[in-house]
Order: sequence, then structure tokens, then C-alpha cells
Amino acid sequence: MADNPFPLSREDLLKAYRTMRTIREFEERLHVDFAKGDIPGFVHLYAGEEASASGIMMHLKDNDRIASTHRGHGHCIAKGVDVREMMAEIYGKATGACRGKGGSMHIADLSKGMMGANGILGAGAPLACGAGLAAKFRGDGGVGISFVGDGASNQGMFLESLNLAAVWNLPVIFVVENNGYAESTSVEWAVACDSYVDRASGFGLPGVTVDGTDFFAVYEAAGEIIRRAREGAGPALLECEMVRFFGHFEGDAQSYRAKGEVENLRANRDCIKSFAERVIEAGVAKREEFTAIDREVLDLIEDAVRSAKAAPLPTAQDLLTDVYVSY
Amino acid sequence: MARKISMKDAINEAIDLEMRRDPTVILMGEDVVGGTGSPGEADAWGGVLGVTKGLYAKHGKRLMDTPLSESAYVGAAIGAAACGMRPIAELMFIDFMGVCFDEIFNQAAKFKYMFGGKANTPVVIRTMVGAGFRAAAQHSQMLTPIFTHIPGLKVVCPSNAYDAKGLLTQSIRDDDPVIFCEHKNLYAHESDVPAEAYTIPFGEANVVREGKDATIVAYGLMVHKALEAADALAKEKVEAEVIDLRTLSPIDWDTVIESVGNTGRLVVVDEAHPRCSIATDVAAYVGQNAFGALRAGAQMVTAPHTPVPFSPALEDLYIPSGGAIAAAVRRTLASGQGAGAQRKAS
Amino acid sequence: MTENRIRPIVMPKWGLSMSEGKVTGWLMKPGANVKVGDELLEVETEKIASVVEAGDQGTLRRIIGEPQTVYPVKALLGVLADDDVSDSEIDAYVASYVTPAAAEEEEEAGPRYHVADLPSGRVRYAKRGEGDAAIVLIHGLGGDLDNWLFNIDALAERASVYALDLPGHGQSSKDIADPTLRGLAQALIAFMDEVGIADAHLVGHSLGGAIAIQTAVDSPGRVRSLALIGSAGLGPEINSGYIDAFITAGSRRELKPVLQHLFARKDLVSRQLVDDVLKYKRLDGVNEALKKLSSSLFAGGRQQAQLGDALRRVNIPTMVIWGEDDEIVPAKHAAALTGKARTHVIGGTGHMVQMEAANTVNALLKEHIRAGLL
Repeated sequence: MADNPFPLSREDLLKAYRTMRTIREFEERLHVDFAKGDIPGFVHLYAGEEASASGIMMHLKDNDRIASTHRGHGHCIAKGVDVREMMAEIYGKATGACRGKGGSMHIADLSKGMMGANGILGAGAPLACGAGLAAKFRGDGGVGISFVGDGASNQGMFLESLNLAAVWNLPVIFVVENNGYAESTSVEWAVACDSYVDRASGFGLPGVTVDGTDFFAVYEAAGEIIRRAREGAGPALLECEMVRFFGHFEGDAQSYRAKGEVENLRANRDCIKSFAERVIEAGVAKREEFTAIDREVLDLIEDAVRSAKAAPLPTAQDLLTDVYVSY
Repeated sequence: MARKISMKDAINEAIDLEMRRDPTVILMGEDVVGGTGSPGEADAWGGVLGVTKGLYAKHGKRLMDTPLSESAYVGAAIGAAACGMRPIAELMFIDFMGVCFDEIFNQAAKFKYMFGGKANTPVVIRTMVGAGFRAAAQHSQMLTPIFTHIPGLKVVCPSNAYDAKGLLTQSIRDDDPVIFCEHKNLYAHESDVPAEAYTIPFGEANVVREGKDATIVAYGLMVHKALEAADALAKEKVEAEVIDLRTLSPIDWDTVIESVGNTGRLVVVDEAHPRCSIATDVAAYVGQNAFGALRAGAQMVTAPHTPVPFSPALEDLYIPSGGAIAAAVRRTLASGQGAGAQRKAS
Repeated sequence: MTENRIRPIVMPKWGLSMSEGKVTGWLMKPGANVKVGDELLEVETEKIASVVEAGDQGTLRRIIGEPQTVYPVKALLGVLADDDVSDSEIDAYVASYVTPAAAEEEEEAGPRYHVADLPSGRVRYAKRGEGDAAIVLIHGLGGDLDNWLFNIDALAERASVYALDLPGHGQSSKDIADPTLRGLAQALIAFMDEVGIADAHLVGHSLGGAIAIQTAVDSPGRVRSLALIGSAGLGPEINSGYIDAFITAGSRRELKPVLQHLFARKDLVSRQLVDDVLKYKRLDGVNEALKKLSSSLFAGGRQQAQLGDALRRVNIPTMVIWGEDDEIVPAKHAAALTGKARTHVIGGTGHMVQMEAANTVNALLKEHIRAGLL
């Protein structure tokens, strides 16, 4: 085996690949099953954006908290939420991560530091500030990570949080996952400033923009600002320029996109493909190893779907529980 | 030692004692320290009305001034609560809920349920409520019903210093999100308060005056107006029972129903607007669950369906008065079954 | 001379915390011939309802206190006078009567409560009177020094009377270092040391009685006499249902019927009494303190300590008072001290006999203590 030119060990490289592949297959499978009508409600898929979630989450431990978005499956998987429980949740089953009460947009697992996908865009930013504040009081070196899309980056809650985190010097990272579209509206139109680095500096915090389809770019930039935050140097903003392989939600005809746009992205900006190629090219792992992971991931997803379908639905009794700790 | 202290001091003391007892209790809000970063005293204000004055000297960095960013810091308090802290966020006036409501009703209130029971959010949002301060339409409202409407929130509104301390202590120790409503016109009101820490359980109304002729249900400042009415009625040989709900969510239906069972007549007083209020809630509940006990239709005494006016001449008319409450009791006694018989019976 | 010929009936001051009382009804009609000790009227204080007895004799010439009306302490409620006093003289007396202001009262009486800081914690106590002899009043489980509100002033005429809150009670520290009788007796001695009481007449109610006995047995030199009221420590039975219910009751509704076990006259349990007990129970540490004491002293629903025989071996004058209808500790336990102590069983009263028959109990205590002084 050749010398490893990457900032991750071989094991971590394979782990990152497995995470990205799991996200991809999870989303691809939902795309198919949603179209069959198997899944209630609506889902927002993260396919194409995997490098962001995995590149950042590779730096985190359970006492680091993340506040996610409506497009949260990838963040959940990368933060270690159980894939079977996630699938069962999306199917609305009693065995789901939230016992069928949250659904795709509200998957959470506080024990893993996953503070919830969030149906309210921008609402996670203050929560991440709270996570950072709690970590600061505990003095455990933990950080809070807020994810928003380019759309929610215009929310007052998000913008207030940038200032608050700077004023309080919180260990919080604001990740803008810029996939170019707020639902159907272009970032070029809806965000007036020239760059998110400018926006961050307007709030008194450093900002970095990276190619969000380049796992290593995300990994290195995130590593640096997370390290700073852990050491008490305060918050930062990380913009990941990335691509969305599916629509805003499933069933979106995407007529606002250019002809051939998605096909072009899948062919040329697939973060998983480029990751695997670079690792194989460097001789750190063999193609067969990735293929083996692919097979295991497919089996996992198949098993998750099968067990989700077979799982019991919540009952009338579950309707009224878990509103309060005590009432 | 029990001594007479004001509701303002009782609130300060509850926070102080809980901060001593539990290192995870922190407090944040606009001007709660009141001078951070300014050239003068670091804790010049201690809250816009001085409620948290002195706590900074005792607890230092656990008290945090915030920028004027209710969404961010109320949300941060909620996030910190979900991560094991017990934050108290001060929303200066309940009227400001509009700029941070999402974090309260879509986040804090729903975490437990939405996450399948796996999250606790022990946050307290202290906020000033009520009219009478000549503070006009955006600093005087009684918006409690908006919060009682939301499952997952607890809503508390004390009427006196003793209750304020015990209920705030309970709020801080409680594992659910609590909206703690402080009537600004009661801050100076004094009562006997033990120096030690104590709790008053939620969902326990206080029968502040017993009577057999009519039940007056109230909370916050309106308890005092109801007692004024009861005093006036006593001179007419009408004995009104006055119930202080103390917590609006959960609400002590048993005490209300039991009282109406004894009196047969109900007057509900609410400083909120007349529609979809605590008043309508109590009247409807009694109508549905104790119709047989009612000898006359329930009467409601509320603020009018208008914004809170500025001019003292108008604001005084806006706030439900003891006189209006007494008149409502007389109306219920004069109507329905056994109308006018009250005096003979007593 | 008018002052002597016209004698006011005023709102009494029962205990340290009373500032006003409500007249609930007159037991005598205008024109009645009143003797000292006659029951004149009923007054309800924030703590309890009781009867005002005549302190003077004469004809009840005027009733001023109206039923269901609240008056401050020392307000004029009625007038006793000889028959030869004219109505106009009485009118003039009533018109010129000025109720002494509460503030003056307070000043005159000194601070209501004191605090002794012992190594084991804070002890709150009240002190009345300035006599050479010391009397210490010791309340029972779940009580506080206000259990003596009808007694402390009466006993203070010729002695220094101390009423304390036991550890875990009232406004004393809620930590109980040693929840045994011996530990509590040591706490009492430590209190006496701190406030400078060499020896004292101990008056103990219920658990306080057992503590008094234990103190007499352990430190006989510190005890001049013992008065045991509805005392624990004299037999195995105890109403453990009451104790458990007292500890667990969490609301006014639950607590009221529990507290009614303490009285023969159930209507004496006023809202304020229930409220005060509830407020005490809600203080941090109280529940743990009560449970600790109860499981140490009354394990298995039985009194663990029987101190009658030990007390017999100590030469200390002892008196026993019991409410005939005591539902907490049975009056038959008085038999444990037959031949040792004079026993008074008072009919129509329950466990809180010192409140229900305050005048009788006060007279017995004074006589007992006076005898003990000889």
C-alpha cells in the first residue's frame, strides 16, 4: 500500500466513504419508494451534498451538537443516528427514531448530539448557539454546528445568531450549504451580498468558502474552524458550495432548473465518485474495497426498508404521550 | 425567616437560590445585567425594572446581557436547555413574543413530542405582562392565551410574592418549558415569603377567599380586583369565592368545578381580550363538565377587544375593575335558577 | 376612676404572629352578668378559632365587635361595667377609645423571633418574659413554635419562656444530623447552651414530650420539671396512618382532613392553619427531614422508644396532660407514669390540647411550674 497523502487515516477514509455512500443510497432508495407511494408526507433529499455532512461530522464527537435542516437525513446519518430507526421514522412507524411522531423533517437523537432536523428554516441557528453556550459552561470543548441552506441564510434567526455567537464568543460553526436554490429560487437572486465571507465579516466573524463537493476541502476547512472554536477563538462561518441531485422535495418537477443541469452535475460533480477516485488513485484503498462497502450499504438500506415496512404503527395511546415530562 | 418582601424581590431571590443550588441555571436577557461593555457600572440596571439587580455580583458570568435579538437568545436558551442546562431567558415584555415566537412554539414546545419523548427542554422564559403602566399597545398586553393554546408549554402567572417565588422555583426545576408571566403592576406587591427555597406545584389553584354565593376565577392582577369585588359584595351579604388559578397550563379544573358545585354561579375574570381567552376556556369547560351545577350562565369580565390604549383615561377603562367584577356577580345572582334568593338564604 | 368602673373587652393577642382577628360570634347577650373566666365570644385568627374568656367581671353593657368582622389586636370589642355606670359615660368611653397601633406593640414586645446559630444548624426561637426561671416549649413532629401561640404569653408572666423550632421544623435548618431521640435531646441541650439556659422547665408536646423525657434522663441536672402533653415515648402505639398521610399530603385538599385528626373540634382547622402547614411542607428539605424522623422514631408504625421506666428513675417533678380524644397518641399512655406524675385528661379535646383548651392547660402548667420552683 502506498503512503497515505490524505489528512485522514485509511480507516477514516473508508469510514467517510461508507457514510457518504449510506447517505446516497438512503436518499436514492427514498426517491424510488416515495414515487411508489409507500412513504407518507414529503421528503427533502440530500443526495449530491454528502461531502459536506461527512467532511464536517468526521471532526465531531457525541458531545458536539448539530442543528440540522429540513434536508436533514445526511446530517443524521453522518452524526451517527441509526439508519434503521431513521427509515422506520420516515415510514411513520412506532419503532422510528421519534416513535413516528416526527417524520423526515424532525429526526433527532440527542444522545448522538443530533438536535433535530428542522422544518423551520433558520431556527436551528439559535439552537446551535445554545449548544455552544452549554459546552462553554461545561468547559468540555464541545462545539455547536448550525446548518442552513442558502435560502435560510436570509432568515432573521440565522443573522441574529451570527451576531450573538460573535458577541458571546461561542464555539459555534455556521455552515451554509449553498446548493444554489432556496426551494426553487436562485441564490443569485435572493442573496444580495457577493459572498458569504463578506456576510460573515459584516457580523464580525471569519468566513470560508469551499467546494462542497470536495470532501477533502470541506474536511480541512471544517477541521481548522472547529479547532479554533474548541480553543475558545469563537464562531466562524463555512460556506459549502454544493449541488442538489433531486428537487426541493420529492415530486418537484424542477422546471426552474436548466435543461441537462442535473445530469451534468451527476456526471461531473459527484462528491462520492471523486472521493473514491482520488483515494484509489493515491493507492490508499482498492476499488474492490469500495465496492464491498457499496454492497454492505445496499444490504443495510434494504434491511432498513424491509424492517420499517414490517414495523408496527403507533397506536391511539401514543397520540397523547410525550407532550410534557409531567403535566 | 418569613418576612414581607415584594414580588420583585421574591423573583430575584428564587433565581438567586436556584443559581446557588444548581450550577446549570443561567440567566440571559436584554439588560438583565444592564451595563455589559458600557463605560459605567457593569450591572447598572439589573433588568429594565431592576428585578435581577444584584445577581451579577453573586453569580458573575452566569448572568448574560444579550444583544436585542430575541430570536437568537431565546433560541439559544432553548438549545442550551436541550443540551443539559437550565436557562432562564428574560423576554422583557410578552408583547415582544412576535420576534421570537418560532423558537418558543415550534422548537421548545415541540421537541419532546416531535422527537418521540427523547428530548427535555427545561427552559424558563420570564416575561412581563399586563396593563396599567401607561405603556400603551405594545408593552401592556396579557397574551397568556396564546401560550396556553400551545401543547408542550406550561404557563404560570402569579398574583403575589409568595406564589411568585414558589412557582418560579418550580419553573426552574421543572423539566418542561415554562412561560413565567410577571405582572408589572404586582412587582411592588408584598407578602410573607420564607427566606428558604420552596416550590408550589403546577396545576394547583389557590382559593384565596371562600364564599358560598358565587365563584370568581381570576389570575395575576385580576385576583386583586376580584378580592376588591368580594369585599364590596360582602357588604351586601354576598359571599364570593375567589380562585387564583396561579398556573394556566396546566390548569386546576378540579378546584374550579368543586367551587362551582358549591356556588352554582361563575364569573371568570381575565385581563386578556374576550375571544379565545382564559375566560372563555374556563367558561366553556365548566359549561361542558358542570352544566348541572350552574344555576345561571357564566359571566366573563375581560379587557375589551381593542389594543391597550395609552391615555390614562382610556387605560383605566380598559382594565377590568373590581366594580365590573362585582357587577358581574350581581348579574349572575339576578339571573337563572333561584335568582335573587341568595340574600334570603344567607 | 372611670377606667376601673368601665372595663374594655378587646381583641386578644394570641401568639406572636397575630395582628388581627375575626369575631365569629358572641356567646353572651348584652346585659349578661359576666364572671372572670366566662366565655364571652368566639374569635377566629389566621391560625385557629378560639374563645375569648372574660378577664374581668361586670355587666356586659355594650357589644361593639360585629360578627364576621376583622379587628386589629386590642381593638375594642365590648364593654363591661358596673350597673351604676351611665350609658352616656359608656358612650364617651367607646368614643374616646383608641386602639394601640401595631407598631408600638411590636416595639414594646421586641422582635418576634430570634435565631441561634448552632454547629448543627440554625434554630429559630421565640422568647417572651424576663423571669429568672426558664421554660422551654418543645413542639411535636411537623409542628413549630407557633403551636404554643395560646400558651407562650400566659406562661411568660413570671418566667422567661422559650419556644423553639426543632431541627427540620419551622424555620430552623432542615438538615437533621441525628434523627434519634438522643440526637434531638442533644440538639435541645446545645440550644440551651447557646442561649444561656442553665436549667429549664421543659414542656413537651407529642414528639417534643419524648425529647423532653430523653433530655431529663440524659441530662437531669438541666431539667427542673417536665410537663408532657400528649407525649410520645410512653407507649408503643402511634397513629402511623396520620404520620404517613401528614408526610405525603401535597395539597390543601389532602392536608385538611389529615390535620383534623389533631383536634377534637374539627372546625378548628382553619384555612390558614392548613396553609401554614402546607407552606412549611413545601420548603426544601422538609419532606426528607420528616421522613428521616418518622423512619427513625416510628419505624414499622410503632414508637421505638419507651421511656417511662427510665423517667421513673430520675427525680424530676413531672406532670402529664392529655386530650381525652387524642387520635395520634392514645391517652392511655399516661398510665406509663402512674404514681410518678400527676395526670390530667381533658375532655372534649384532641392531640392539640394546648390549643383546644389553652386556658386550662395554661393554668395547669403555671401551677406545675410554680410547684417545681419551690
